[in-house]
Amino acid sequence: MSANLQIGEDGRLRHFLSIEGLNRGLLTEILDTAESFAGVTEQSVKKVPLLRGKTIVNLFFEASTRTRTTFELAAKRLSADVLNININASSAVKGETLLDTLRNLEAMHIDMFVVRHTDSGTANFIASHVQPHVSVINAGDGRHSHPTQAMLDMFTIRREKGPDFGRLTVAIVGDIAHSRVARSQIHALNLLNVGDLRVVAPRTLIPAHVESLGVRVFHDLQEGLRDADVIIMLRLQRERMQGAMLPSEHEYYRLYGLTRERLTNAKPDVTVMHPGPINRGVEMDSQVADGPRSVILEQVTYGIATRMAVMSMAMHPVSSQENHG
Amino acid sequence: MNKTSDISALIGNMADELRERVLIDEQTAMVGIHTGGVWVAQQLYPLLDIREPLGELDISFYRDDFTRIGMNPQVRPSQLPFSVDDRHIILVDDVLHTGRTIRAAMNELFDYGRPASITLAVLVERDGRELPIEAAVTGQHMELGEQDHVKLTGPEPLQLEVKRAP
Repeated sequence: MSANLQIGEDGRLRHFLSIEGLNRGLLTEILDTAESFAGVTEQSVKKVPLLRGKTIVNLFFEASTRTRTTFELAAKRLSADVLNININASSAVKGETLLDTLRNLEAMHIDMFVVRHTDSGTANFIASHVQPHVSVINAGDGRHSHPTQAMLDMFTIRREKGPDFGRLTVAIVGDIAHSRVARSQIHALNLLNVGDLRVVAPRTLIPAHVESLGVRVFHDLQEGLRDADVIIMLRLQRERMQGAMLPSEHEYYRLYGLTRERLTNAKPDVTVMHPGPINRGVEMDSQVADGPRSVILEQVTYGIATRMAVMSMAMHPVSSQENHG
Repeated sequence: MNKTSDISALIGNMADELRERVLIDEQTAMVGIHTGGVWVAQQLYPLLDIREPLGELDISFYRDDFTRIGMNPQVRPSQLPFSVDDRHIILVDDVLHTGRTIRAAMNELFDYGRPASITLAVLVERDGRELPIEAAVTGQHMELGEQDHVKLTGPEPLQLEVKRAP
């Protein structure tokens, strides 16, 4: 992934494709900007005119409700016009290539594409082919990256625990091997200098050489949760059961499901997170999901402010400073 | 260059004029515009018997030149710790120049609610207006060249800097 593709000559965000290649200052700027956007919900008119006249296309080649909805709402709260492309009924099915689809949409004077695709690198591919004034946001590509999910998670952690990530112990639990969310979270937490970063999973769901990403590996959940400040549970894809990576959902829950009893291994004020949607009784017990330590619904709320920040920062200015006064 | 004592005197005069112009009661509130306007408002606010806490606006999301300059990396959350509806708002800024900042601030205020009135108070009013916006209360008038800039530095001490074009 080329960092240069994401950053313009002026050092500002140009596209938002992955956490890799960004620096701590830029991540902090995104979080600070999101903090300001969080206040927009306090207004009686929950909109700002920042992207008025801009057109944003949600180009989703993979099913998504939560992410697409929050991107759509974020764009609308920035006063942009939003177009949701239904890929199942689109030209992609008729054999039109991705670039053809892109060129046709660009001919409609689109300013930004929000892209989700099952293939890793799709958002990067699109970003390298769009016109200079068009920005691309990665809303999840294969197993590679889900950077806005990672940023909303960082925003949630900062809101819950304060800005000093260095004193935090964070445990990411679940399918690390196949999770684009986990990859992006690991890169973001390392950039923000997290104190102790752990991944907890069965051996079949841990990628080789994961320690090189700056994490400590645990296969025992109780050990991995010990004195944790933040627990991030990952969604378990059902195809992992069919792929012989796990014996059964029941067995996974027995060993890795987050229950109230297991939560006592972590700090009393632990924050429990999950990117959603939850498999209740697989990744966690409902008593934990709906309990006082859970901020899962707050994550959804913060996702809008965080995506507003990324979209507005990536929208490309056409010239330089002028006096406002 | 104005000395700090001069600025304190200017703000004192602004407070006197506001007391004459505005009925200050439980419906009155003051809002400063980041950054310089907040500094001025922080000195002006204690001189008036306003009961509501001081509000702060960051108009970064409402600027009309976003497509030219992009996002201000130092944007701060606006804080209006009161309902704007039916309030008499005293809007405070450091320098009134083109009028675009005040237009943005009023747009933002109206997204919070419908104020009963807005009274604009500025430390410095200079020439160069691009919009039909005028201050009700002014600390000081300045006639400057098109390329000249006046800037408030602060917060401690508050000083006005005028940079003359060569």
